[in-house]
Amino acid sequence: MRVLTLLEAVTDGLRAEMMADTSVVVFGQDVGVEGGVFRATAGLQKEFGESRCFDTPLVESGIVGAAIGMAVAGLRPVVEIQFSGFVLSAFNQIVNHAARIRNRTRGSLSAPMVIRTPYGGGIRAPEHHSESMEALFGHTPGLKVVVPSTPHDAKGLLISAIRDPDPVIFLEPARAYRAVRQQVSEASYAIPIGKAKIEEPGTDLTLVSYGAQMMEARQARAALAAEGHSAELIDLRTIYPFDAKTVVESVRKTGRLLVVHEGPQSFGVASELIATVLDKAFDALEAPPSRLTGPDVIVPLPRGEKHYLISAQQVVAEARKVLSYEP
Amino acid sequence: MSMFECFDPRQGKVLRLLDETGRLHAPPHGFSLLSDEQALTSYRAMILARAADEWALSLNRQGRMPTYALNEGQEANSVGALMALRPDDWFVPAFRELGGMLMRGLTLEQYYLYWHGNEEGSRLAPETFHMMPVAIPVGSQMVHAVGIAWAERYKGNERVVTTFMGEGATSEGDFHEACNLAGVWKAAVVFYVQNNHWAISLPWEKQSASPTAAEKAFAYGFEGVRIDGNDIFAVYAAVKAAAERARRGEGPTLIEGLTYRLGAHTTSDDPTRYRSEEDVKRWRLRDPVTRLERFLLAREILTSEDMRAIREESVTWARKSFEAAEHTPDPTLEDTFRYLYHEMPPILQEQMARRKG
Repeated sequence: MRVLTLLEAVTDGLRAEMMADTSVVVFGQDVGVEGGVFRATAGLQKEFGESRCFDTPLVESGIVGAAIGMAVAGLRPVVEIQFSGFVLSAFNQIVNHAARIRNRTRGSLSAPMVIRTPYGGGIRAPEHHSESMEALFGHTPGLKVVVPSTPHDAKGLLISAIRDPDPVIFLEPARAYRAVRQQVSEASYAIPIGKAKIEEPGTDLTLVSYGAQMMEARQARAALAAEGHSAELIDLRTIYPFDAKTVVESVRKTGRLLVVHEGPQSFGVASELIATVLDKAFDALEAPPSRLTGPDVIVPLPRGEKHYLISAQQVVAEARKVLSYEP
Repeated sequence: MSMFECFDPRQGKVLRLLDETGRLHAPPHGFSLLSDEQALTSYRAMILARAADEWALSLNRQGRMPTYALNEGQEANSVGALMALRPDDWFVPAFRELGGMLMRGLTLEQYYLYWHGNEEGSRLAPETFHMMPVAIPVGSQMVHAVGIAWAERYKGNERVVTTFMGEGATSEGDFHEACNLAGVWKAAVVFYVQNNHWAISLPWEKQSASPTAAEKAFAYGFEGVRIDGNDIFAVYAAVKAAAERARRGEGPTLIEGLTYRLGAHTTSDDPTRYRSEEDVKRWRLRDPVTRLERFLLAREILTSEDMRAIREESVTWARKSFEAAEHTPDPTLEDTFRYLYHEMPPILQEQMARRKG
């Protein structure tokens, strides 16, 4: 065991699967010689050679499209799109081909591949570097969407994503890359996709979040505990197919639900979770479920980001409302 | 017969007028030279851009400036191009054209404001600027240039559109679509590729198997030319010739300016990871500013003292501009919501009210 940042854990997961399976190839812009602009692929080209880890020209659509071809032909490509906003140049390939090839060919072909990209705000970045687009991908039939919030999960979920028979969008919270550190096993291990994690058990409120936003959710849970409120903190970890069972069972226990995420509100993950809880646990609810999310606006540049990002205080304030609700 | 014919990039030709010693060579027939006054105006813009960059870099190291894209070494490209355009011609930049944007009338304060993380820096009145804002997604702006050209022709205007991109952008699908459209429509567009040799860590040899970016134009039915992008005279002459052709309805041209990014890709990048110091040193000898200074001195347009004064003025102006940008109030919560739509939908009003608490 050693202490790794979330970023280092991503590298560790890539290395583990590249060692275990020679069909795993890693490529994208600046991932080879430079080791990635965030350094997520640092050292991989040196260790595994240029045929396993390599640079591409500036061709996002080409990166994803070529990965589809490689996957169909039996490889396990793991591609990096440098920043979330640039994923959109590859959206056609992701939505029209990666997500559909299995269904289109009635299961005879498939595209087992991973598209890694940093996402989310709070890193004082220029435009198109701070978006949270998990809902776009979650809304696309045929894709799996995974968002780790800790180094341990980043490694285990990435390994599962690479082994998964279907295309996985692996969203890495840029704000947490170096901010979150944890002991990570040197051994290879897989954390199943589709399973949420009850990070802290509780009895009064179900608090669900994921990705970088988990940092504020953890602080908020601690602050609520100091006030005598017991919140059950759930890290969703997989956006699609999400773990409805864990969330619903928790709400059956607490009767109250607050979902917090950075991405915009409308047609977002919180809306989907709440609709699911209304379907399956309406009778258990003691208060209207609440969503605290980014507003439906373009992520502001650094000096306006405070109007967009959600603080731990805002989570606490919203949680208090849900906790104090009486019909 | 085109003026560019004797500069076929497929035969290794490169248009260069001002050599590294500052000596100006006679231009081939039909090409224009910058006047002394224009050379001086260009020099001032290049020096201001360089001073602005140096100050931004130093502020970034002090934690006062977020990620900033550096222009150092490439100043002659956008400055020379803008010198060659009419005031109502359009300029569609990427994100490494500070000199050109300043010449179009953007204030340095506004440019700083943008990179400092305030959207107010991109407030542009189309009727005064005829310029698009900075475009971050690589290559995405080129197709807009073709559309603008189409609209201007539709309106009966003889306006030309010059769009800038890096050599890496020529790999993007949008480059193909923009060139193809422009060729088919004979659009009045000048595609200016700043070939600074590095797309972050990727050198040209790994970017494309085509020996040059310029020759890609021929496949789309128009001409491409390679020029020395660190030679302000060559930039001016080539863009002027291409713009006038476009204005006459003879269609687009692709100009590949050979230049070099002397600094990092952005302040977040460390180029020592992927390129050698020798490479950078070699290109420092071809610095567009030094070259122009040699010319201005030899022509007795400026003395060394004049140059020192211009540099000092520029440094002062950069500091003042940044201070003004830094002291501009942050965008308000309302600013974050108000520009999404012409009229704010009720759902956004509700979300804004909730955020206000």
